[in-house]
Amino acid sequence: MSFDASSARGDLILTRITKEYGDFKAVDDLSLTIPKGSFFALLGPSGCGKTTTLRMIAGLEEPTVGSIHLGETDITTTKPYQRPINTVFQNYALFPHLTIFENIAFGLRRRGIKDVDAEVNKVLNLVELPHLAGRKPTQLSGGQQQRIALARAIVNKPALLLLDEPLGALDLKLRRQMQIELKWIQKEVGLTFVHVTHDQEEAMTMADTIAVMNEGQIEQMGSPADLYDNPETAFVANFLGQSNLIKGTITGNDGDSLVVDLYGQKISVPKNRSHAVDNSMYAGIRPEKFRISLLDTPVSGNVLTGGRIEDVSYIGVSTQYQVEMPWGQELMVFEQNDDGVAPFNKGDAVNISWAPVFTFALRGDEDVTAGSEVTPEDLDEE
Amino acid sequence: MGKIRTPYLLLLPGFGFLFTFFILPIVNLAQTSTQTPVGGGDTGQYEQTFRFQNYIDAFVENKEQFGRSFVYAIIATLLALAISYPLAYAIAFKSGKYKNFFLVLVVAPFFTSFLLRTVAWKQILGEEGFVVPTLRTIGIISDSTTLTSTAFAVVMGMTYNFLPFMTLPLYASIDRIDPRTLEASGDLYANGFTTFRKVTLPLSMPGVVAGTLLTFIPAAGDYVNAAILGSPNTKMIGNVIESRYFKIVDYPTAAALSFTLMAAILILVTIYIRKAGTEELV
Repeated sequence: MSFDASSARGDLILTRITKEYGDFKAVDDLSLTIPKGSFFALLGPSGCGKTTTLRMIAGLEEPTVGSIHLGETDITTTKPYQRPINTVFQNYALFPHLTIFENIAFGLRRRGIKDVDAEVNKVLNLVELPHLAGRKPTQLSGGQQQRIALARAIVNKPALLLLDEPLGALDLKLRRQMQIELKWIQKEVGLTFVHVTHDQEEAMTMADTIAVMNEGQIEQMGSPADLYDNPETAFVANFLGQSNLIKGTITGNDGDSLVVDLYGQKISVPKNRSHAVDNSMYAGIRPEKFRISLLDTPVSGNVLTGGRIEDVSYIGVSTQYQVEMPWGQELMVFEQNDDGVAPFNKGDAVNISWAPVFTFALRGDEDVTAGSEVTPEDLDEE
Repeated sequence: MGKIRTPYLLLLPGFGFLFTFFILPIVNLAQTSTQTPVGGGDTGQYEQTFRFQNYIDAFVENKEQFGRSFVYAIIATLLALAISYPLAYAIAFKSGKYKNFFLVLVVAPFFTSFLLRTVAWKQILGEEGFVVPTLRTIGIISDSTTLTSTAFAVVMGMTYNFLPFMTLPLYASIDRIDPRTLEASGDLYANGFTTFRKVTLPLSMPGVVAGTLLTFIPAAGDYVNAAILGSPNTKMIGNVIESRYFKIVDYPTAAALSFTLMAAILILVTIYIRKAGTEELV
């Protein structure tokens, strides 16, 4: 079955997509709607199925089960060249035998567009590399190749632009610069961008909406702030930034808050940030939300007392502390170096406090190491 | 000083070999090509008289065999290309973990003698082989038609014998193509055929050029296939040179023919490389 879907426009809708390779399910019953005009990121560790999802959208793989629609048009089985979708490939995949100009003109020529010269020059100006039109890809730096790969895709004004780890091969500084530039270009051309990455910072910098993927499924979807402040699972809490997860029990209600017992100390958690299903839960607090104070200093909000500073690392913008709590757990605390107060010292007896609104609650049966960059098992292997 | 001398010292054995087995024979051949028989001497006795007319005589007398050599070699090269390209493509892109196994199969014919394999073709295409009866049954050839001692058999033999020389460079070239560039081509609105024409083929041109040269050059000078699988009507220039040297003992004509063949191949190859524009390729 093949028909022309090139004029299809609208939201991209994935419906109950599964992709199996033998016994392995790369993507497992995934449903997703990507609104037209958005900058959407698929974020997850390697092997989570994000690239497979992208390849199915591009038409390079066919789903085992499920359907893909672009607006009203079913594109599940159409060939890549019949879809109004273009891809910026991970290693750019520029044509080494063609000049930069011809690389960019490739899609236009295949579609029989009239004014190839004007279109190519316009997009070369957009990526600020008009002087490279006559060169071959091998004569360009990584950053330049990246821009040409982008230009080669957006010159076709696709309904959907797919970016497969497009900045992975660039060094950190260039990557940050390209992130800002990509976001600007997306606004400028008004296309729908679907960005696949394992770099949470990259996803948060650029995307309006992030879908966090794990083991072939979407773990949680939302704006960067949503995902960061109100993660629903330990995987999201650990994969996006870092989290302190403390085992506790819900003991009561207090208006819009839950009263929670953490090893004998009472704290309060907003109900709208609780994803616990019964009384057993994990309280989650981001390290930069904690404040440290000496035992005799009065503090308000949620307080955990009986801490002892185990480790101090000064890293410029902040100082990072490891604080050992009476129940043996070490909590991570990032304090901004903005108040001129001398840092605390190793061995100091301290309280930890934070505003209750910054607390989230996860189910009590979560694996608290899920999504951490280094899990205890990884350490054992070394 | 030692640093400068070392590369030359390392090249010395190579130079020595080439000088003894290539330069000296070529000079000797050039001298022979303008000699004439010694008046009243024995067969095989020649003296240097710088008779360049030898070249014209040799060419005029054998222009039919020259033409045939190039026509056969070109057809065999094109056939080998047509067979090898899909084969090399499949080995490079579709064979997965069996890649090396298939490459060994391509080279495997070299494990037996060139001569034996050519004689084997005589049997395959002979009356007792399965090819002729099969073709007769399905009516492609008439009952009186035979395949041995024909131009068909010679070209087939050449195509077969030189196939690995075509397949291996093609494979090396196609294997180097990043499959993602082919995906990118599909992504940019090119269907399978256009992708082949605009991406795969241009990127494999170094292999096509190398393969066709490695097939065409030995094929044009070949005489074994024509001698074993052909007839007097399918004689190639290689057969003429062979018989002039070993049977008629007419060294000057054989030498003149050898030089003419070399020059003709050199000219054709130069034109071909210019046309194929390999310098444009990565």
